[in-house]
Order: sequence, then C-alpha cells, then structure tokens
Amino acid sequence: MTHSFRINGRTVNTEVPLETSLLWVIRDELGLKGTKYSCGIGQCGACTVHIDGVATRACITPVAAIENKDITTIEGLDPDGEHVLQKAWIEAQAPQCGYCQSGQIMQAASLLKTYPNPTDAQIDGVMDGNLCRCMAYIRIRKAIKLAAEQTSQIQQSTKAASAAAKSGGR
Amino acid sequence: MSKLSRLLQPMSNTGLSRRGFMIGATGTGFTLAFMPLIAQSCATQSEIHSNFEPTVWYAIDPSGVITVNVAEAEMGQHIGTALARIIADELEADWLNVKLRYVDTEAKFGYRVTGGSWSIWHNFDLLSRAGAAGKQALIEEGAKLLGVSKFACDAHKSQVICKDQSISYAEIVRRGDISRSFSEDELLSMPIKHPDNRSLIGVDTQALDIPEKTTGQAIYGIDASYPNMLYGKPILPPTRYGASITKIDDTAALGVAGYQQTLILQDPSNTVPGWAVVVADSYHGALRAASLVKITWNAGGSATVSEADILDHGVKLINSKAGALLIEDDNVDMVFKTAADVLSERYTTSTVLHFPMEPVNALALEKNGIWEIHTGNQWQSLTLPVYAKALGVAEDKILMRTYLIGGGFGRRLLGDYGVPALLAAKALGKPIKLVLSREDDSRFDSVRSASVQELSMAFDKQTKVVGMQHHAAAGWPSEVMAPGFLGTGKNGEKYDPFSISGANHWYSVGAHRVRAISNDLANSTFRPGWLRSVGPGWTNWALESFMDEAAHRSGVDPVEFRLQHLISQGINKGEKPNSVGGADRLAHVLRRAAQKSSWESGLEADTGRGVAITFGQERDMPTWCACVAVVRVDRQTGHITLKKLTLVVDAGIIVHPDGAMAQTEGAALWGVSMALHEGTRFKNGEVEDTNLDTYTPLRMSDVPDLDIEFVKNNYQSVGLGEPGTTVVAPAIGNAIYSAVGVRLRHLPMTSADIKAELS
Repeated sequence: MTHSFRINGRTVNTEVPLETSLLWVIRDELGLKGTKYSCGIGQCGACTVHIDGVATRACITPVAAIENKDITTIEGLDPDGEHVLQKAWIEAQAPQCGYCQSGQIMQAASLLKTYPNPTDAQIDGVMDGNLCRCMAYIRIRKAIKLAAEQTSQIQQSTKAASAAAKSGGR
Repeated sequence: MSKLSRLLQPMSNTGLSRRGFMIGATGTGFTLAFMPLIAQSCATQSEIHSNFEPTVWYAIDPSGVITVNVAEAEMGQHIGTALARIIADELEADWLNVKLRYVDTEAKFGYRVTGGSWSIWHNFDLLSRAGAAGKQALIEEGAKLLGVSKFACDAHKSQVICKDQSISYAEIVRRGDISRSFSEDELLSMPIKHPDNRSLIGVDTQALDIPEKTTGQAIYGIDASYPNMLYGKPILPPTRYGASITKIDDTAALGVAGYQQTLILQDPSNTVPGWAVVVADSYHGALRAASLVKITWNAGGSATVSEADILDHGVKLINSKAGALLIEDDNVDMVFKTAADVLSERYTTSTVLHFPMEPVNALALEKNGIWEIHTGNQWQSLTLPVYAKALGVAEDKILMRTYLIGGGFGRRLLGDYGVPALLAAKALGKPIKLVLSREDDSRFDSVRSASVQELSMAFDKQTKVVGMQHHAAAGWPSEVMAPGFLGTGKNGEKYDPFSISGANHWYSVGAHRVRAISNDLANSTFRPGWLRSVGPGWTNWALESFMDEAAHRSGVDPVEFRLQHLISQGINKGEKPNSVGGADRLAHVLRRAAQKSSWESGLEADTGRGVAITFGQERDMPTWCACVAVVRVDRQTGHITLKKLTLVVDAGIIVHPDGAMAQTEGAALWGVSMALHEGTRFKNGEVEDTNLDTYTPLRMSDVPDLDIEFVKNNYQSVGLGEPGTTVVAPAIGNAIYSAVGVRLRHLPMTSADIKAELS
C-alpha cells in the first residue's frame, strides 16, 4: 500500500507492506544511505532519525507508524552539512570507522534540545543507547560539549546584539 | 616473526627496494611509480606506457592536486591521512592540495593486507623515499624551467624555490618534461629528512576521512548499489562446517511481495556449506521471505559442542605432548624438577565476537567477463584466491571494489561473506546485494577462540626465577584460513604465530619453554578469527596476570618484580631497526606509567592499582606499552568500577599524533570491554549471544578516565591499532587482586565471580 510522509522537507510516497521498517524504506526505497543498519532491534542507535523532531530508531519503526509525519535523517540535519554538531564532530575528530556516527549525531541533536548544556551524566544517560564499536566515546562526549558551548555562545551574542539593537532604537 | 610480517618488512630491509622508482609525465599529469629493475635503464615516456606496469603511489595533476593512492583498508584508523603525511612531508607538498583515493584490487598495488598493526611500519620507509624521489625530480625540472642550477633550489609547500624566484609543482607538471628514473642504489641513498626537519610527520592534523563521516555521505560496502540489482538474505545452517540442506519449503514465502526464489549455494571453495540465499527485489522483502522459508539440514559434526567442551579439550591437549615448541631452552624439565618452589596457574578466556557495526555484506556482479565484488575487506590477497576457487575462474577475472569498512577489528580479513554473493550472482546471472542480518553476522563470525593456558615458574632457594613454561591451547585462525603462514616450532611441529605471540616475552626468566597448541575441536566447530591483537588477547592476559602472581609469591612489588626481569641483554637486547633497545624500552614505559599513576601512593578502601605491560603484536615489531588500572570493588555485590587507566606507549615515531591517540583510546577501551563487558559461549555448536539484547559491549557510561602518553623518540615507527587492547585486562585483574585480594583467572571478569570468591 502507499504511504505518504515528509522526509528532509519533501513529501514522499512509497509503496511497501505496512510492517516494513522505516530503515529499509529510507535506505533502499529513498536511497538515503546515511542512516545505517546494525542491530535491527533498536539497541545500537545506528539507525537513529528524527520523527517529528524526536530521536527514534528507524529499524523498529514500521512505515505504517509514520503516516504524514516529518522525518529528518542525517542528510537533512543541515542543508550544508554544517550543523553545530557536525562541525564539533570534526573539531573533536570524533569518528573512527564512522558507521555509527549518523545515529550518534542525530541522537545528540535531540539531546541538546532537552539539555542545552548537558552534564557528563546527562550525556551518558542519553548516549548510552548508541553503541560505538570503535569506542570513540570520549570524543563523542567532547564533541557534544563543544557543540553545546558554541550554541550557547551564539545565543548569547544574538541576545546581546538584539539588546544592543533595542537600546539603540530608544 | 610470522612469514606475513616478513613479507611486509620495511622497504630498506627487503626485496621491495629491488624495484626502483620511475617518474614520468603522463596524460593526466605526473606520476611516481615502481618499476622493475630490468626497465630502469630506459625510462622514456613512451616506454612508461608500453613497457611498464608501474605501481602508482601518488600523482600530481596539472592543477597541483596531489592524489595519494591508498592501498590499505580504511576502517577507522585514518590510515590514508597518515600515509599521505609521510609522502607529503618528503615531497614538500602543500598539505591543502592532498587528496586520497582508495584503490581497488589491481596487481600493481602489490600484496594487500590491512592488519597486524603493520600499515605505518611497513610503509614508512617506502613512502618516505617515494616522496623524496618526487621532490628531487620536481626540483631538477623546476630548476630547468627557472634557468637556475638545481643545487640552488629547494622545495616548500608545493613550490620549487631559488632565492627570490619560485615555480609551483602545478606549473612544473603543466610546462615541464619530467622523465626521471631512480635506480635501486639511488633510492637506497636517497636522502630522507632528519626527523627534526619534518614538517608534517608528528604534527597534528585533521583526518581527511572524517568530514564525510559526519554528514552521512561516507560510503561503506553496505551502501553500494548497482542498477537492477537483487537482494539476498542468507539462511545459515546449524553448524559452521559439514552441513547440507535436505529440504527447502518456501510455500509460505511465495506470497511475499518481490520474493523470487531460495537458492541452495553450490560452493567449490567450501566456504559456505549448507547455506541458502533468499532472493527478492528488496532487502526488506528478502528478510520477510526468509522468515517464512523452512529448511531442514543434515548438521555437521559440531552440532552439540559447548564452550565447556572446547575448554576441556584445551586442558586435555595441554596435558598431552601435542603442539609446537616455539621456545625450548635446554634443561627446562631439569630446572623444574630441581626447583625450590614452583608456581603453576591456569587461565582461561571466553569466546569473543567481533560484532562490527556494519554487518558483513557484499554486492556481486559480472560485467564483460570480469566478476566485480563491492565490499569492505582487509586482506584482498587472501580473499581473492577463495573467490577464484568459488567461481572457478582465474584471480585476474575478479575485481574487488574498495569501500570504507564499518568496523574491521580483524573480522574482514577473510572476505568469506563475498562468496555467497558471488555464487548467488552466478546462479542468477544478475547483480545481487547480499547482507547478513546482525544475528547471521554473529552466528558465523570468525570469533576470538576460547583459550586455556597453563603457566608455571620455577624459583631457586633465593626465590630467584630460574625457569618458566607457558602452554597455550586455542583455535588457530591461520591454520584454518591461511595455512601458508604457519611457522615451524623447535620440535618440527607447525604453529600459528598470531595465536602464540605474546608468550615469547621480553622477560629474562632462565630456562624457558613456550608451547602452542591448536585446539582442533575449536577449529572444527567454528572458524577461529584474528580479533584485534589475536593471540596476545589471551597470552598477555595469562602472562601478565601470572607475573603479578609470581611477584606476590616472591614478596616483591609487581612493578619492581617486572623491572628485575626486564634486562636488555642476550635475546632481549633488541635489534635495529625495529626493536632497538629491547627490554630497556619496555622497562622505560613501565617506570613512566608507574610514575604517572603515583604507583606507590595510598588509595581508599577496596580500591586497588594493577599494572601490566605488553610488547604489542610481535617481537620483531614491538610496540612497548604499559598500563596501570585503578579499580574499586564493591564487596557486597562484587561490582567492579574501573576508575582510571594510565597508558604509556612507545611506538617510535608517531606520524599522526591525534590519530595515534584515537587508536590507542579505542584499543584500550576494547581491552576494557573484553575484560569486563563482553564474551559469549558456544552451546549446541553455536554462540549463545547474537545481538545486543544479551551481548553487551562497553557503552559510554562505562568509560573510565584515560591518561595516555606517547614516548617521544626517533625510533622506527611501529603499529598502534592493537597493542593498547591486550595490556588492559591483566592490569584490571591485578588491580582487583590489589583491591580485595581476589585473583580472577578467567575473561571476562564478572561481579558474580568476585562475589563467589569473597563469600
């Protein structure tokens, strides 16, 4: 049957059985290969995407559950691949083999929405669901903190700029 | 030394240098290549194309872009970056112009294997000379174009410079006529920079493979596709060997959209006996159909084998005379018979899975008489003959396309997973992408074999160590997958060098015997694998736990006890260039780790420090490494909290410091994972744990504080992918003993084991 949903801002229709996992629809029907298959039981996080903004394991999400929803994959996180997390990931030189990193970054993006300035414990609590077999955990944690710092600096300077603009307007 | 590492000796030590370099302008720019000796006297441009089949390491195009051909597999070690830094440093290249190209299998790239922590070690000298030769040729031609003497010129950042004039490499390639050959003698005397003058080696940089790994653009084998390809999901038999299909009933699958058929594979290479492949027009279709296809098999002989059977068999073998004597000094038996005291202990390890994040997979197709296989692989030179046998074609009719690897760790040394894809493509006459499910991947992984080891030490009346024995029984990967690489022991018996390395340590212990025993029950139940570090994963666990026990038996501090036996003389003196310094360098990292970790300072209750050392992979390419672990044990629950690891590593010259750090972090944490978090068991001929519901590798919250330091020196650059892995478990075990007095002799170490000992 036909399923309709939005992915990275565009509406798509796909004809697959309704129990088909979103992971294979994304990868093989839509050709977006950045979302990875690894455990298939929602325990490793390599397939993490956002569904209506919430980090979700695509491998255990049937396509029937996403009718008319908004999906964001790693390819849609930032139009230029320059999301603050992606830049921090490079700065921290986080990836080794890199296979889990799309899922790590998508999970981290969700984490930063909940905890804009996360503690180690908060990072561990959320990111423990994402396995990195190269064990690049130290750098993943570091990259998340870098991204949080940079986001808060941007916000502060934006605030300062708007305050300055306001006071200038008086 | 293993035959394989001999094959890969640094260029200056082996016949690799018998081929000179040839440099010449080609249609696409400037290339530097190997050439056969016979052709060295006639390196004109026309003959470059007609006579030579050069091995091309890098090319400079007319815009100045330098493309480095990477023949090593990229699986997270950022190897292309490190190799390109070696070339670029000597070439005086502008690093911003350097790009990487991962090459497919072609004979001109020579022997292809990525493993053993060898990549930097065996390429360093070769690529340094390749870079230096390129610089020399560019300076000569640049000087001509500038109308100056080449002796007045130097090169810097892709420019040939003479006082206030300069010309870019790009312009030299565009305008120049570069035809230059270097004889073997010229190459051997090719000046290579003094280490102090290097500008890229040893200087931090960002790895070139990382950006695309943050955007989802990095392409792994599993991402490969081909027009109109079909998808395959294998159905695995109940035993790794000897199974045959007796009946297939796919009635229930016939209603699955896109299901085509279920193939029984006919495999002349006997890589996949008893396998079926469910074929569909989508992978999700193949998965769905596979769950509905019913197959019955005649199982092979290992259908009832358990982990305990394998370990018990190991004990039996150790008690027999079986095996190869890797070391057999005079009078070992006499020394033990007359000893004042003998310490003997047995150590065991459980089966371990590779569990790469990317399950193994391959896309296979035939095009114009050439079989193409699209997959990530670590040892193409081992794998190609297997494919040739499976297909019944010559090796030169098979092309392996190279992809990023989503986790190697030794799993992708043998490309067995390509065989079912090729056989299915042949049977169908169509391209097919075959992906093992996670559970498939685990079930027929080339696991790290369970092991049994017995160590003993003889002391004289003054508690001086006068003899030592180490007997190790395990499944042998090389015997099963690469028998040509077995060594021959002192008693004429064959042994797998990768499965016993580590036992031939750098301690001076008097009369020494090391016996390597192949566990044939393991070999016939599963395909033993090379898993990150291979043998030292068990040998060093036993050795370094045992050295701690021996220290305590002698009443000597464990650091001091080790230092007393690390004496740089005789066979432990070391040799140029790889192991210069010998046991002294091991003693140095040990002292430094003790110092950094404040070895002698006090700790809170139920908390202990433990130490261990390793020489990494092989005596002939030692990476000297010491580790101190700090562990707290909860006496009520037995819970082990690993608080900190301090590692000091001497790997000679470090090419890419941040990459080296990343490798060592990952290796050490793999060590933690195998010490405390993961391990499985055979039951009815199969591993019990096939997915993350029960197989539990280390996660972020399990990560201890890590303090890693590299020794700075200018010795031969050696390997870093594995050595940090095997030093960790014994350090943790020794720390547990120090914390609560419990000696654990089995990996993984569990809270239950500690609790049982404490109560």
